[in-house]
Amino acid sequence: MNDARAIMAVLASVPDPEIPAVSLVDLGIVRDVLTDAEPARVLITPTYTGCPATAYIQLAVREALDAAGMQDVAIETRLSPPWTTAWITEDGREKLRAYGIDPPPASTALNSHPATCPRCGSKQTHEVSRFGSTPCKALWQCDSCREPFDRFKCH
Amino acid sequence: MENVLFTYALRLGDDSLVLGQRLSEWCGHAPTIEVDLSLANVALDLVGQAQLFLGYAGEVEGKGRDADRLAFHRDVLAWTNCLMVEQPNGDFGRTIARQFLFSTWQKALFDKLALSKDARLAEIAAKAVKEVAYHADLAAEWVIRLGDGTEESRTRMIDGLDWHWRFVDELFQTDAVTDALVAEGVAVDPASLRPVFEARVAAVLAEAGLPEMKLPRPIVGGRKGHHSEHLGHMLAVMQHIPRTYPEAVW
Repeated sequence: MNDARAIMAVLASVPDPEIPAVSLVDLGIVRDVLTDAEPARVLITPTYTGCPATAYIQLAVREALDAAGMQDVAIETRLSPPWTTAWITEDGREKLRAYGIDPPPASTALNSHPATCPRCGSKQTHEVSRFGSTPCKALWQCDSCREPFDRFKCH
Repeated sequence: MENVLFTYALRLGDDSLVLGQRLSEWCGHAPTIEVDLSLANVALDLVGQAQLFLGYAGEVEGKGRDADRLAFHRDVLAWTNCLMVEQPNGDFGRTIARQFLFSTWQKALFDKLALSKDARLAEIAAKAVKEVAYHADLAAEWVIRLGDGTEESRTRMIDGLDWHWRFVDELFQTDAVTDALVAEGVAVDPASLRPVFEARVAAVLAEAGLPEMKLPRPIVGGRKGHHSEHLGHMLAVMQHIPRTYPEAVW
């Protein structure tokens, strides 16, 4: 029987394919590890329904588990409850900021509040494009330091 | 007897897939890169939803057809999408008009479908509605921006809406499929969505300074496979690779 914490430690080492600064655990994509029955199961959830990274994420999880000698651990995809940015860990938010992406606040699902520039910390910012380089991000620009930056959409 | 749950899931998937494919035609052609990104990402969400609905339809049917099989190996007469989504993109105004009307309707639909007694439909709708809310917002912003913009943008926005009004009624049509599933608490009664839809459309049009919605004689038939000429041409482009190489796998 695999230990849930050992499995989680493996998953915490798998980077998100689109935003490699954060892991699948940081992003809340890994929902749970169930070890109450054989085989142990990893529950993962897609961020956006059409996110092209979803299939790759499954593969990356499989490879990481196999490499750790956990070939018997199964992977299950769950749609419900739907993924939300509220599940991004505090640690994950800090890593996103350090990577140059304004993280979503944990407290709200609304996109109406101004973003904070991840480079200079200014709140004088404006939206440039409602979508960015991936479905989960919008493009913003800082009015203080003039740098454009990605903002993780509240979802 | 017709498998009504299969038909219902198929309709939901067909709506999303056809519009997703149409929007993808904008990729690389939109007026600005920001719009290009927006339309491509909305398309991506819609194709993702279609995958889930069509995958479920295939399971319900139980004949071994998966989402890809249903998407790429069905002829035009077997498609059950509404007529609005298959309309050619036209100019940006017409594309935005379609997006605004469709996403506003789909948002109202998924809000209720998330409460369906069918657990699979409910979870797909609950997931998708968060994306659709963003689409509806995006489209409404553009309706206001174009309607309240220049004389040229206003004219194009009005023309775009005028093109699509005749396809609105179909969205709220009931038939034996919806009647049977509404009775079981599985489907949403399409007619029940009308007040929410009309209130939202009226509010956005007013803010955009555009004339009120005026619905001409409706054109219907998409749910029964009676499509406009446009859908066949679109499917030919979408399906030709999987049909040429039917056994190909990734």
